[in-house]
This record gives sequence, C-alpha cells and structure tokens, in this order.
Amino acid sequence: MSEFVYLYRGGESGRSPEIAQQIMQKWINWMKELGAKGHIKDQGQPLEPSGKLVTGKQKTVTDGPFPETKDVVGGYSLIEARDLQQAVELSKGCPIFETDGAVEVRPVMKMSM
Amino acid sequence: MELSDHLFRHEAGRMVAALTRIFGIHNLALAEDVVQDAFCRALEVWKFRGIPENPAAWLMATAKNRALDALRRERTARTLEPELSRLLQSEWTLAPAVEELFTANAIKDDQLRMMFSCSAPRLPEEAQVALILHILCGFSVDEIASAFVSTHAAMEKRITRAKKVLAASKILFDIAAPEDFLVRLPAVQRALYLLFNEGYHGASPESTVRADLCHEAMRLAAILREHPLGARPTTYALSALMCLGAARLPARVNASGELNALFDQDRSLWDQGLIAEGERLLDLSATGSELTEYHVEAAISWVHASARRTEDTDWCAIVRLYDSLMKIRPSPIVALNRAVAVAQSEGPDRGLDEIRAIENSDRLSAYPFYSAALGELESRRGNFEVAREHFRTALALARNTMEQRFLEQRVSKCEGRSSVV
Repeated sequence: MSEFVYLYRGGESGRSPEIAQQIMQKWINWMKELGAKGHIKDQGQPLEPSGKLVTGKQKTVTDGPFPETKDVVGGYSLIEARDLQQAVELSKGCPIFETDGAVEVRPVMKMSM
Repeated sequence: MELSDHLFRHEAGRMVAALTRIFGIHNLALAEDVVQDAFCRALEVWKFRGIPENPAAWLMATAKNRALDALRRERTARTLEPELSRLLQSEWTLAPAVEELFTANAIKDDQLRMMFSCSAPRLPEEAQVALILHILCGFSVDEIASAFVSTHAAMEKRITRAKKVLAASKILFDIAAPEDFLVRLPAVQRALYLLFNEGYHGASPESTVRADLCHEAMRLAAILREHPLGARPTTYALSALMCLGAARLPARVNASGELNALFDQDRSLWDQGLIAEGERLLDLSATGSELTEYHVEAAISWVHASARRTEDTDWCAIVRLYDSLMKIRPSPIVALNRAVAVAQSEGPDRGLDEIRAIENSDRLSAYPFYSAALGELESRRGNFEVAREHFRTALALARNTMEQRFLEQRVSKCEGRSSVV
C-alpha cells in the first residue's frame, strides 16, 4: 500500500440549507465508505479559507489566499491505496464534483534509505 | 450518523429569527449572512470530523459566536434593535445578553415575532407566504419558485420586494402586546392556511415538495399554539384541518405516482395518528362562539376521515357543512365542492344543477377540476361523449404531469365506454 494526499479544491457549500445538508450527508457517507474499506490513513482537516502568504527574500506578507476561490484548498485527507490509479479511482466518489470542485491526488514521496 | 430530515432548513429558520431579533429587522441581510456562514463552517468541519453529538446545538453555538463577532465589528457602524442596543453596546453585558437571546424559549418567541412580522397587511398574501417559507422555513428562492411553479426571477422579485417592506418596518412585531397580537392573528393564521393549501392543492408536480409545505405549515401552527395568546379555538381549528388533511396525503398518490381522487383512495393508508391528533385539536377548537372557515373545513375533513369506506360517508352532513362555509367564505371553489357533495347524496342530476347554479363560475374556467367535475357527473349519467369533452377541456388546463395522467385516464375511460354504447 502507498500513501496519497487528497487536496480538496473549491466546491460550493450549497445554495440552500436543504442542499447543504444533502451535500454534507454525501461527504460523511463517502468518508465512511472509504474508511470501511481501509483506505483512510487520516481523515485530515478542513482549512480556513483565509490566511497569509509569505514570499520572497523580503518575506513580504500578503493576505492570502490565493488566486481564485475555485482553486483554494479547503482541506486534505491522507489516503492509502495500491497505486496512483486506484487512488484516482477512489477519489471519483468524492461529492465535491457535484459542486464544481476538484480533488488533487498527490502521491506521498517514498524514501528508501 | 444521519442528520434528521430537514435539520439544516429548520435550524436556518430558527437562527435567522434569533439573529434578526438581535440585529434588528432592518439588518435581516446581515442575519442571513451569519447563518450562511454558520452552515459553511458546519459543512467544512463535519465533512472531516463527522457529525457532532448534537448538530442543532453546534449550529446554534456557531451562529451565536458569529453573531458576537458581527456585533463587536459592527455595533458602532450600524444601528441595532433599539430595545436591545444598550445591552449589546457594552462589552460587560454583550455576551450574557446574547446567551439569553439564544435560549430555546427565546427562539420560539423570535419565530413568532417573525411570523407576525411577515404577515403584515402591507404585504400581499402570496408574498407573506413566500417570505415565511424563505425566512422561517429556510427554503431558497429556487425551492420556493419550484414549489409554486413560478420562475426564479419572478420569485426573487417577490421576495426581495417583501424583504424591503419588512426592513422598512424598522421593528419586529411586538408579540407582548395582547391587543396587537389578536388583531394580527387572523392574518398569521391565513398565511399558514395558504401555505398548507399550496402544499395540499398546489401545482407542484413533486408530491414530496408538497408534503414538505404541508409539514412546514403544521410545524409553524404548532409554534403558534404553544403561545398563550396563540392557543385560541381558531388556531386549534386551523391545526385540526391541517392534521386531518395531511392524514390523507399518503393515499393521494399511488405507487406508480398517479393522483388518486378521494373516492378511490386506499383508506388504510390514511395516517391514523394524524387523524387522532386532528380529532383532539378539533375538540379543543369547539369552545367560544366563533365559527370560522377553519372549523368548518376541519369538520368536513373529519367526516371524511371517520368514514371507513367512501360509501359510508355522511354526504348530507358534508353538504350542510359546505352550506355554512358558503356563508362564511363564499367562493366558486367552495360552491363546486358543495355541488360534488350534493351529487354524492342526491345523484348526478342534482349535482349538475348545483354546478350550473354557481355564481361567478367563469372564475373557475381555468381550474381543471371544474371541467373534471362536470365530466365525472356526466359520465355517471351515462353521457360519455359529453363527459369526454369535459375531461378534454380539463386536460388542456392540467397544471402538471400528475394531473395530466389523471385526466388522460378519465378521457380514455370515456372512450372505451362510448364505443360500447
């Protein structure tokens, strides 16, 4: 098994309380399903949409984030999968796609020493 | 863990009511922003950490904290609810005051204040109903538009305009003044009645959407009943008619999604619990001297509910009740329903006479069930050709696919019969 990080980008929270509740329930169910199949190493954390960006030799601090709302990373999870292909397949069940969001699937670099 | 049905929607209504009490009615938009924000947080956090033990309390606590932030940020820039602003201005009293305003009982009163404010005579009735659904029931503009089979643009306009009127009233309705309460009460009852009817008879093709509207009306009526000034015979009668009507909802649409007329319903599907609750409320409504349309409509529903089979229905009693209803609130629709009851007790010929005698029947010309009633009675007299034409007229007026299928069946039944003759 290898480890992967899912970075959740964008995705609306729903235009009405009813839709928000439905989206939420789908996330919970999806996470539960992944967990039951042994793919969740760490459910991860949500991230505040705001923050600071420190750049350059001058260490300039600007209000973050970040280019566009749809690209903002809203949270991450640590996933276990056979290979990248399986990690990608598993990500396709994520409800974020129903709300115009994206999942970035990144293999955790393996270090053999 | 599963959230209870419509939890977000109901909590949205409670939160907006509580926050509007704190910020003042003119800051309704701020209250709505805070609620939206609380939902966003819930969504983000719960996704990863799961649903908390008490989700409603979590949401409310988040809204409360956001409210405190907003108050600290905005209290100098904005004018707040005059009655509360002194408490909210000082850091010493701010947190305890807000705490107090978020207790369950306080929120119930806030919901009532909002209900009464939305039922202002300055607002047209359909705007009152839309506003109540939007603010107190947490329906989005889109959801209301689709429930009322209206466009998003039209509904948005209606709600935006109504919110402006509400904001311009500067203060929320004062439910502590008994005289004002009783003067406004009929308008509130009427708005809840219309909300229920939109669900029960409305044009939405989605039976789940319509059941939702009925349940929302019942939920708000229950809040009204819990207030000592709201617990009046008329409110009990209104609640009784809702329970007795809603009891029939499970039988109104059959397994293949087709509309069932009252006569054809499988009565074993009627909700006996709601019927019992309706009876209890009807008993409570039978005090005092006031006889309202709600009393009479509840009584009609009760006569239906107490008949185990269609043929056991006491149609004479129903005709008498419609007679009283015609005195209290005459309308061509009431007259049409009365005529149908007459046909049940005295035969289709008498029923047709009564339909022909309806005053202002031109107001029924766009109502599919006017022609459908004519078709039904003609077919009982054996005039299948005439009946078919009436059903065709009705079909052309059908408001959704469910009504269409219902009327198509009627048309084709007549065709089958006339070819035999």
